[in-house]
Formats: sequence, C-alpha cells, structure tokens
Amino acid sequence: MLLSRRPPHFSTASKVVNLGFKSRKSSSSVEPPPAGGHLPSVATSAILKSKRETALRTPGLTWADEDSFSPPRTVVGGRETRKMNAYQAIRDAMSIALAKDDTAVVFGEDVAFGGVFRCTMGLAEEFGKERVFNTPLTEQGIAGFGIGMALMGHTAIAEIQFADYIFPAFDQIVNEAAKIRYRSGGSFNAGGLTIRTPTIKTQAIIQGHGGLYHSQSPEGYFMGASGLKIIIPRSPIQAKGLLLASIRDPNPVVFMEPKILYRSAVEQVPVDDYVLPLGQAEILVPGTDLTLLTWGTPVYHCETALHMLASPAPELESVVPKSLRSAKVELIDLRSILPWDMKTISESVNRTGRLVIVHEAGVTAGVGAEISAEIQKRCFLKLNAPVKRVGAWDVPNALQYEKFHVPDAIRVLDAIVETLTF
Amino acid sequence: MASLARTRLTGRLIRPAALRAHVRGIQQSADSTELRDKPADLSEPITVKLHEDSFRSYLCDAPDLEVQVTKDELLTMYKQMQTMRRMEMAADALYKAKLIRGFCHLAIGQEAVSVGLEHGITKDDRVITAYRCHPFAVMRGGSIKGVIGELLGRQIGMSHGKGGSMHIFTPSFFGGNGIVGAQVPIGAGVSFAQKYMGEKTCTFALYGDGASNQGQVFEAFNMAKLWNLPTIFVCENNKYGMGTSAARSSSNTEYFTRGDKIPGLQVNGMDIIAAKRAVEFARKWAVDDQNGPLLLEFVTYRYGGHSMSDPGTTYRTREEVQRMRSTQDPIRGLQRNIEEWGLATEQELKAFDKAAKAEVDEAVEEAKASPEPLLKDLWTDIYFKGTEPPSMRGREREEVHVY
Repeated sequence: MLLSRRPPHFSTASKVVNLGFKSRKSSSSVEPPPAGGHLPSVATSAILKSKRETALRTPGLTWADEDSFSPPRTVVGGRETRKMNAYQAIRDAMSIALAKDDTAVVFGEDVAFGGVFRCTMGLAEEFGKERVFNTPLTEQGIAGFGIGMALMGHTAIAEIQFADYIFPAFDQIVNEAAKIRYRSGGSFNAGGLTIRTPTIKTQAIIQGHGGLYHSQSPEGYFMGASGLKIIIPRSPIQAKGLLLASIRDPNPVVFMEPKILYRSAVEQVPVDDYVLPLGQAEILVPGTDLTLLTWGTPVYHCETALHMLASPAPELESVVPKSLRSAKVELIDLRSILPWDMKTISESVNRTGRLVIVHEAGVTAGVGAEISAEIQKRCFLKLNAPVKRVGAWDVPNALQYEKFHVPDAIRVLDAIVETLTF
Repeated sequence: MASLARTRLTGRLIRPAALRAHVRGIQQSADSTELRDKPADLSEPITVKLHEDSFRSYLCDAPDLEVQVTKDELLTMYKQMQTMRRMEMAADALYKAKLIRGFCHLAIGQEAVSVGLEHGITKDDRVITAYRCHPFAVMRGGSIKGVIGELLGRQIGMSHGKGGSMHIFTPSFFGGNGIVGAQVPIGAGVSFAQKYMGEKTCTFALYGDGASNQGQVFEAFNMAKLWNLPTIFVCENNKYGMGTSAARSSSNTEYFTRGDKIPGLQVNGMDIIAAKRAVEFARKWAVDDQNGPLLLEFVTYRYGGHSMSDPGTTYRTREEVQRMRSTQDPIRGLQRNIEEWGLATEQELKAFDKAAKAEVDEAVEEAKASPEPLLKDLWTDIYFKGTEPPSMRGREREEVHVY
C-alpha cells in the first residue's frame, strides 16, 4: 500500500536484506562489527536496572509486605536488592508466594527438578513435594486440574512447559477458566489459577533455534477470552512483580515468560515482596514524534532500533535521513496483553500521531491487529501515518531463517523510518 | 426382562473365549431387589438383598448385596425421583412452548443415578458433571425454581440467568459443564484440594459414555491414580453418546474397566438401592480406606433424545425405548418394591406424585415471574469486581461499558 508513496531512498525490508549482503561483502577488508553491532543488546540495555537505586524506583512498584496482614517491620537502610536474571526472579516470586500462602502449590512437567528453564530450582526441597510436584505430560489435564484447585479456593501455579504446548489446554483455559465466574453467576471462579509458560523465540538459549514448537508467541489466541488476563514481562524486576501480582489477582492469568530473557536479562531485583500493576503499560522512553509499542523480548530490539535511528552505522546512513535522527520516539512496553492499556496507548498516539507495533507473533490477527484497529478508531484525526505493524511472517515458525522472519532491530528501524516519512 | 447390556454383549462376536466365559451382563431391572428382613417397627432398618448381578467389579471386590434401608429413606427416594422427573418434564414443556431457548439436555430415565448418588454421599463431598445436570443441582442444595429459572434465563436462576442449562452450581456442586470431558480433570483438581486440606471427603466426577473417549478423561485418570486422589470417576452409561451407541464409539464398552490400574465397579443404574450401595462403597473406598480413585459405571438409560432437537429415535428403535420405560423404569421399580414390601400403598404414592407435580408447577410459575437479567448484568462477573479493564466493548460506542 505504501510502496507508491514512499520516497525512493527509504529502505524496505528487502533492501535491508540487500544491505546485509553488502556489508558482508565489505567484511573481507574491514573487521565486521560484533553480532548486533556496537549497539545496546539485552546484555547492555539501559532499560534493565542494574543499580539498586533505580531498581527501587521502578514505576508502579508497591511493596506487598506493608499490607495490614503482614507483621509490622522497619526497613533499616532502605530495601535490599540482589542481582538476578529472569528465571531467578521468577523463582523468587514463587518462593514468596509459597511461603506466604499455605494453599499455594506449584505444578507442571518437571517442575520438581527445577523445570527446563530452572524457574522452580530448589522449590520442591524448600517447600516439600506435596506443594511443588511434577505432573505427567498432560497439558489439558494440568489446566483442568489447576482450575479444579482454584475452584476450591487454592492458589494454583501451573506451568505449561512451552507456550507452544498450551494448545491442548486451550479449551480448559478459554472455555473453563475464563468463563466459570460468568457462567456460574459469580458463585465460582478460577481466580487462584496462574499458568506460567515460556514464550517468544528461543534463539541461542537452548542450543540453537526453537523452530516450529518452541518459538511461538500465542498470546493473540487468548485475546478474545474475556475473564482471562495475559501478562508478558520484559525483565527480572518486571517478572517478579508482575508474577506476584498475577498469582494474587482474583482472575485467572496466563503469564508468558520470554524464554530468551531467562538468563540474558539481569537486573538488581528487590528481594522483598512487591507487586507491579496488571493492565498498565509502561512508557520506557518518552517521546513526541512516534509511539513504538511492544512487549517481551522485542523491547530490546526496539531499543536497539532507536539507537540505530539516532546514530546509524555507516551501512545504514543512506537509508536513515538526517532529519529523522533527532526524532523523539516514545517506547512503550505493553506488559499486559489482556486487558491492554488503551488509555496509555491512545494518549501517547494522540500526542505523537504515529504508532508502530512490534510483536513476534505473525501479523495476521496478532495482538497488533486488535490494537491498531482500536487506535485508528480512537486517534483517527490525530494520526499522521497509518498504524504500522511489525511482526513475524505468516509462516509456521520455521527452524531455518528464524532470525529473518521474526522482527529484529533492522525491521523495526525500517518501520519507524517509513512511518516517520509517510 | 432381558437387559440391553446383555444383548449387546452377546451380540459382539469378536471376544476371546476365555473372557466370554465369565462375562455376564449386568442386571438392569429396577425391581429385582428382594426383601430379606422387615422389622415390625418400620422406623427400624429393613434388610434387603440386591440381585446377584447388580454389580460387576474390576480389580476390587464387589460390595455386599445385603443392604439396610429404612422406609423413610425409600419414600424420600421415591419422592425425589418423581419430583426430578416432573421438573425435567416441565423443562421439556417449557422448551416446546419456546420459553426455554438454546441447549437443554434432560435426564429423564436416569433419576436413580442423581438421587441415588445424593443418598450415598455427605453434604461436604463434591460433585461435578457435564450436560444432564439439573437433578444434581437440585439434590446438591439447589432449588427447582433456581434450575427452571436458569433454563428460562431469569434472575431467579442459580447462575442469575447468565448460564443456562449446563451452567448450574451450588457450593458443593461444580456444575453443569458445557465441554464434554472438561469437567473430569477439574474434578481431579477439586479432590486434590480435599486431600491437601485433609478433608474427609471425596469428589464424584461424572461423565457420560460419550465423553469417556475424550483424551483428558484419561489424563485425569492417570493423575488421580498417580497421586492417589479421592476422586470417584462416575461414568453414566446411558448407552448413547449423542446419537452414537456405545459399541459404535468405544473399543471397550466396559467403562468400569477403562481406568487401567484404577479399580472399577459396574452398577445397575436403574435400581436406586444398588446405586446408593455403590456410592457408599465408593465413598468408603476413597475416604475411609484411602484407596485412591475408583471408577463407577452406572448402566442407565435416557428416555428422551440427546437434546431437545433430537427425537431420540433415529439411532434406536421406539420399541427399545418403550421396553426400557415399561420394564426397567427406576421410579416404577422402586414403587413396585415399596408396595410389595408393604411400606406404602398405591394411594399414598399417588399422593406423592401429585405433591411432586404441584411443587414443580409452583416453582415454574415463580421462575416465570422472575425478570430477565438487567443489561448491566452482562458486564458483571467477567473479572473480579474492581479488577476489570476500565471499559469493555459493546457493538457500538453507546454500548461500551465503563466500569
């Protein structure tokens, strides 16, 4: 649609691929930059809070040990933080949930041994095998079983080993967990159920690529299931606070953990009990010219793309017009997919007039479709460009070329440039 | 009096000789129980003996056939079964009058299971089932007007008119469920919570012969046995899963043997005394003896079609339905026993019938008078109050609901 209107010197995705080849040709004479370039990656991201002071100032953080139910305590010398990656933060959250709530149990495939991503390491030893136990390979059964427990008032923390395996449980989640409150006229609910599941592409985290059944991002499939909440955290601090909030939320929550971040994202995480708000997006970088909306792993690709926009590498200089390099792009982490924060997003777009949505799921009927439809309606008169969606191709998540069909920083940059110059 | 189960079994030609030798069809008549000892004082328990083919067991011993019952209990059973049938007939009439719309599945013919179950368990045990849930909902503490009101979609309904036929709950009854088989792992989860909390109770997870082939039923079997949960899996085998007979849908129609290592018991589901005996046996098995799960199969029969749109005669003959109605009806069977044993006269029982009809009629009127849910009720109970999204969509701007 945009091809005819786009000034000829701006890049398209295919052009960017060509650029890649060009730079590879020149690499015989010049040492190639490290993978990802001299740009922020998850390891060096400014979004991650590596200092105690910034960690404790995490927006929306509410200490959960200061409620009327907890014993009074005096914090001497401020709150403590500890360096944790995402799986350690998630484990920490579950440990707090198990310690504070006698009815809380953790179950799933191999969780007693720590789980494939080590999120439940040592929990069985700490809290006992009755409370942290392995299930058979039985996803539909796990979900149904968790719903049954939740109906009895228990806190059920279930794990589906990969989000790709959640489809057998789809019926239980969508038809039972999401609807039981409504269809029982409020007499029963599965609010005590939280289903944790690793999502988004795998990349190098387990020996290469995830491929068809270990790299999918199925959040969009659940988006129409009113009664359910869907959360995707971007970092260890976020993961701990949002998971504790999900576990305590009186509605069933599907908590999707970006699996590549389990080890690669490291922050100073407050060691005390705290929650972060569900249903609220977070503005990570304020801006005025374009709203860049994403969640999970692509948050970091977007951060990289913003650096590329401000100071493009020599190979990219020709496709990033000088006039755009000072553009102020507002980067937002959606965090909560259902319900999604319409207010924050529409307010932002009303200010910036432009929206680019980035997610790893395919574009067709992905979460971006829903958001762009709503934003085009709410912000129609303020929009300076069509809402742009950057997602995976509409192909099964292939083992080969995974890097190319899920969005990376280059494709995000391309979308930003296209939208800014529309 | 040839039972259907028996004719079906002998009709199956491919069966190992060794197995065939000891397979005897289960007795399915409703009045084959014999009086053994009747005390002069009828407030004392009466001893009766069930037909020797009332049970078939798998990996366990069948319950004792000698059962103690009281006159009061038998009369209560009669009254309740009659009332449940009247309620279902009222639902049938209301459906045909187009007052009940949508889906409606009736349990006429299967009263001995729902009423018998209630007589064998305690109030604190839990029950979960799928489609034919109306009698269970009433027996588990609900009301007839609450069920009829729910079917009519009125505020008086047990889910405030927002659920409908398959969505009726009480504190110890986890519903009616609309997805065939989905209730079974949920039942396993419920019984896990009972075990975890050290409750001396168990959960009866009911499903039909049709649902028995769903994968998640086997997933639930496995988990329950693995963790020795107090789950009683109850297969209500009414011989047809929708319009497909058991033998056409299941490679093994002996549903009580399908739990692998879970022991099972096949029960004459038309005789309420046998049903009650089996439920007591199951409860003792899971709760008192802590033997883990058990699989009960009630061989029963539904007189009507699968749903209101199914006349129920395209996949079975009218004669078959007629024969079941006239020879093996659970209510008529109990009536014959009560009269033969001299516990009540025909006139006294007729009075019960009248009272049942009057009770149902009154409930129907009360339900009909109840208003439909308000428009604002569309938006409640989606999320826990106070944790909803700021707004939810209607079809157009005016219909968007702001919490």
